[in-house]
Amino acid sequence: MKIGLALLVAAVLVLHHDIWNWKDASLVFGFLPVGLAYHVGYSLLASGTMAILVKYAWPKNLDDDDEVAA
Amino acid sequence: MIPALIVFAYLAVVLYIGIFAFRKGSSSSGEDFFVASRKLGPMVFLLSIFGTNMTAVAILGSSGFAYQRGIGVYALMASSSGIVIPLTLWLIGTRLWSLGKKHGHITQVQFLRDRWESGGIGTFIAIVTALMLVPYIIIGVMGGGSTLETISGGQVPYAVGGAIVAITVVAYVFFGGMRGTALVNTFQTVLFLAFGVTAFTLIAKSVGGFPATMQAISEGPQSFLLTRERMPAEEFFSYMFIPLSAVMFPHIAIMCMTAEKVTHFKRTVVLYPICILLIWLPSVYLGVVASKVIPGLSPSEANDVIIRLLSQNTSPILAGVLGAGIMACVMASDSQILALSTVFTEDLFAYYGGRKKFGPKAEVWAGRTFIVLIGIVSYVIALALKEKANIFELAIRFAFSGFAALAPVMLAALFWKRSTKWGALAATIWVVGCIFANWHLTNISDAIAPKPPKRPAASAMRGGPAAGGGPGVQRGPQAGAPGAPVAQPSGAPQVTGDGPTPAPSMIPVAQGGSPEGMRPAGPGAGPGAGGPGAGGPGGPGGKKKPPTAVRIFPQLGDLFLRGPVNVTIYGFLPVFPMVVGSALLMLLVSLITPPPSKATIDKYFSK
Repeated sequence: MKIGLALLVAAVLVLHHDIWNWKDASLVFGFLPVGLAYHVGYSLLASGTMAILVKYAWPKNLDDDDEVAA
Repeated sequence: MIPALIVFAYLAVVLYIGIFAFRKGSSSSGEDFFVASRKLGPMVFLLSIFGTNMTAVAILGSSGFAYQRGIGVYALMASSSGIVIPLTLWLIGTRLWSLGKKHGHITQVQFLRDRWESGGIGTFIAIVTALMLVPYIIIGVMGGGSTLETISGGQVPYAVGGAIVAITVVAYVFFGGMRGTALVNTFQTVLFLAFGVTAFTLIAKSVGGFPATMQAISEGPQSFLLTRERMPAEEFFSYMFIPLSAVMFPHIAIMCMTAEKVTHFKRTVVLYPICILLIWLPSVYLGVVASKVIPGLSPSEANDVIIRLLSQNTSPILAGVLGAGIMACVMASDSQILALSTVFTEDLFAYYGGRKKFGPKAEVWAGRTFIVLIGIVSYVIALALKEKANIFELAIRFAFSGFAALAPVMLAALFWKRSTKWGALAATIWVVGCIFANWHLTNISDAIAPKPPKRPAASAMRGGPAAGGGPGVQRGPQAGAPGAPVAQPSGAPQVTGDGPTPAPSMIPVAQGGSPEGMRPAGPGAGPGAGGPGAGGPGGPGGKKKPPTAVRIFPQLGDLFLRGPVNVTIYGFLPVFPMVVGSALLMLLVSLITPPPSKATIDKYFSK
């Protein structure tokens, strides 16, 4: 599981470098440059990735500290 | 003047929030004043930590930068931050929270001192981080001054506007401490998130729809703004390291200690990229739109471009409300002022006997005194540097890169038992050395720095004062004037391009200490040209780029290049080698020095 999540994070970081959009000036929906549209999608992907990490890789021992604090 | 009055009303509200927090808190407890008794709820925690991290850069810097460099600015700074910052909060922030709660730490230096059993290393890091935080605070004052000046149509001068903002921030931080700062940040975050959506909608209507504007840009000489063709791959890659700075900023680290429960981080890390999207997308997009609507602004004028756009395209009342939204972003310097005061108070004053000698109440008053002093010093510097450096450059060059390069130190302290204080010391000295080296190289190469091209006047340029009373759009040179001029420094070899430079156009000028279009490319560049990244995106195969980099030491080839603003190392921003060097030194020096004691390892690594 840990390796899978590490690979997921690495893949997301690599996907940030969308070299295929570098010189593409085409417009998505007629108003959004494709390079910008891609990175809007990337922001959503980042949020989804963090949701996965929170669900499957949350440091449970820190939750114990929560209980102690409570 | 109506917009300025609305902004004043906004300032009164944040002042009230600070004083309200003062009434709710305990005036004698350091933990209450500096970390709000570690009792922030989940929404306040999310919104305040996000608001804390958004400064003038987010709206003013990003739109001004996008005005010059195009949509790539979003990928460069926003979407990279959208993944790296939540990752660091998840990995580092949660651990800092836990250790802070367990051992009573308020600052990261308190943890580092204890972790490495050394007061000296803590003091060194405290001083280094405090010095690197100062430029960040100055940004707030500068942004406040220029925002008020523009919104009021010049009736509130920069110096007065900066003073008003500085006094307001100092007042509510002074009274409200962390609770007041967090509540104000929450209010501000809501305001500037709303700002983005509103500004986007209103301006779209006013300019006759975005599709037509974008179409016109794509068919004109500024079509590069819709791509990253003039953004070197090395620069793009380097920017990925900048968000590592977030959790090393004292104000973010201290903010991590304020959550009531560690589970508050869950919502924060998931929603953080969305918050960034909501504020940066409109700012960057509108910056590009402005290049068509208000062409011809100089780099420093471009910092105000979004305010000009609002002034010209909305009613004064709406412009005022939106101006308050911008002000909310600009005033994120509150938590930096508080953090700096916390560092002085906790890491220096209290640590060196102040708490023992004068008691806990004096600690809070020492913190408040520091807040006032920091406010005054920042204001004076903001006035002195107004004409010398723009806000983006200050932030990126010194603070962001330096803090990012300290991230390996924190990671090692938290996750690597074998890491030692000597490794931390070596890494910190490396960071300081790099900052000075960067400063020195920038200084000695100023004379040979390629000059930014003069801006052509576009046929659609609107001269004269901006509607709404803004300072106006300055006219550039006549259309058709020679573009892409590059200084031919005497005695310094010019890294040349391999053909004619692009037609006169709005060639972007680096604002963030970033080189643009600076890769030496082609045969004319001589040995070393077309080095790493030159063949990457933005390299050969695309349009010819303006030759805008010179070698600082010709005998070293492309090792140190100087662009219009910044020095690069083989085309990479200094932050990249700084982070790598810091990590390597941490690793190597730790391995050859004695490990920490068993007691310390047990304290921090036992389950």
